[in-house]
Amino acid sequence: MKKSKNPTSKTRYINPYLGGVLLGLVLIAANFISGRGLGASGAAKSTIVAAVETVAPQHVENTTYFKEYTDSHPKGAMKSWLVFQMMGVIVGAFLSGAVFNRLKLKVEHSPKITSRRRIIFAVMGGILFGFGSQLGRGCTSGSALSGMTVLSLGGFISMAAIFGTAFALAYFLRKNWI
Amino acid sequence: MGPLISNGIISQNTNFFIAFLIGIAFGFILESSGFSSSRKLAGVFYGYDTVVLKVFFTAALTGMLGLLFLSLFNWIDLDLVYINPTYLYSTIVGGIIMGAGFIMGGYCPGTSFCAASIGKIDGMFFIGGMFLGIFIFAEGYPLWEGFYKAKFMGIPTLSQALGLKDGIVVLGMIIVAMGMFWVGEWAEAKFPREEY
Repeated sequence: MKKSKNPTSKTRYINPYLGGVLLGLVLIAANFISGRGLGASGAAKSTIVAAVETVAPQHVENTTYFKEYTDSHPKGAMKSWLVFQMMGVIVGAFLSGAVFNRLKLKVEHSPKITSRRRIIFAVMGGILFGFGSQLGRGCTSGSALSGMTVLSLGGFISMAAIFGTAFALAYFLRKNWI
Repeated sequence: MGPLISNGIISQNTNFFIAFLIGIAFGFILESSGFSSSRKLAGVFYGYDTVVLKVFFTAALTGMLGLLFLSLFNWIDLDLVYINPTYLYSTIVGGIIMGAGFIMGGYCPGTSFCAASIGKIDGMFFIGGMFLGIFIFAEGYPLWEGFYKAKFMGIPTLSQALGLKDGIVVLGMIIVAMGMFWVGEWAEAKFPREEY
C-alpha cells in the first residue's frame, strides 16, 4: 500500500471480513432478542408519515399508504423498532467517525466530476432508492441482508435485483466513480 | 427461549432501548468498514474496492450460521422470527429501481445515514432525495397498489422454494460466497485504486 503524503488525513478501515463477522453477530442479536433483522428505509418511512401527520393530519387520513401505516402503529408513527435502531446507527457511525478521525463536512466525489454533479446524482439516486424501497418492501439492509440471514426467498431476489441492476448500469455511470 | 420479545421475556420499551443499542453497533460497524464513503461502496461495481461484497456476504453467512445453530440448540424458535413476505413482481422491480439508485447515488439508505452523520454532504442530499422518493410512492400509491400487491407467494424461505434443508442451502451459500470473495480479491489486485 502506498504511503499517504499527509498521515493524519489517511483513512483507516477495519478488515472487511472482521466487519462482516461483527455485523453478522449484530444480526443474530437482533433476531434473538427482537425476532427481526436490521433495516433503514423503514425508519425513513416512519419519519415521512410523522412529518405529514404534523403538517397535514387530514392528508394522512386521505392517503391509503399513510393510513395503513398509522393504523398499524397506534402509539405513533415514530414508536417503531426501526426508528430507535436508526437513531442508534447515527450515533454509532458518528462515534466510529470520531474514533477513526473521519468527521469532516465535505462532498465526496471523484476528481473528474464537480461537487454539483455529485449532489445532483445523489439526490436522483436517493429518490429512486426511496421509491424502490417502498415498492420492494425494504432496502439493502432490511430486505436483502436481513432477508438473506433468515433465508427468505424475497431477500435473495431483492439482493440479486439490486446488485444485478447496479452492475448492469455501472458502465454508463463510470465517469462518476472512476 | 428466543426471540426474547415474542416469548415475553423483555418488555416493548426494553425492546426499543435494545433497538437503539443494536443500531449503535450497526452504525459503528458500517462506518468503520468504510460504508460511509460512496466511492468505496461504488467500488464493488468496478472492481477497485469490493468491501461491500466482503462485508455483506460475511455478515449474511455469519447470521445464517448463527441462527441455524441457535435453532439446532433450541435456543431460538425460527417460526417466531420475522421473515419478509415475497411479492414476486414488486420485489424484482423495487430491487431494479434500488439498484439504479445505488449506482447513481452511491449509497443505500443505511449507509447514507452513516455518511451524513460523519459530515458527508452528498449523503445528506441522498437522504433528502430518499424522503422525496418515499413521499412520491405514498402519494401515487393508488396508481401502483395493484402491482405492489401482485403475485404474493407467502413467506417462503429459499430452502422451501428449492425443497432442500436449511443446512444444505447455507452450505451452498458458503461455497458461493467463497467464490465471490476470491473474485473480489482478484479484482482488487487487478484494478487497484488508492484509498481516499
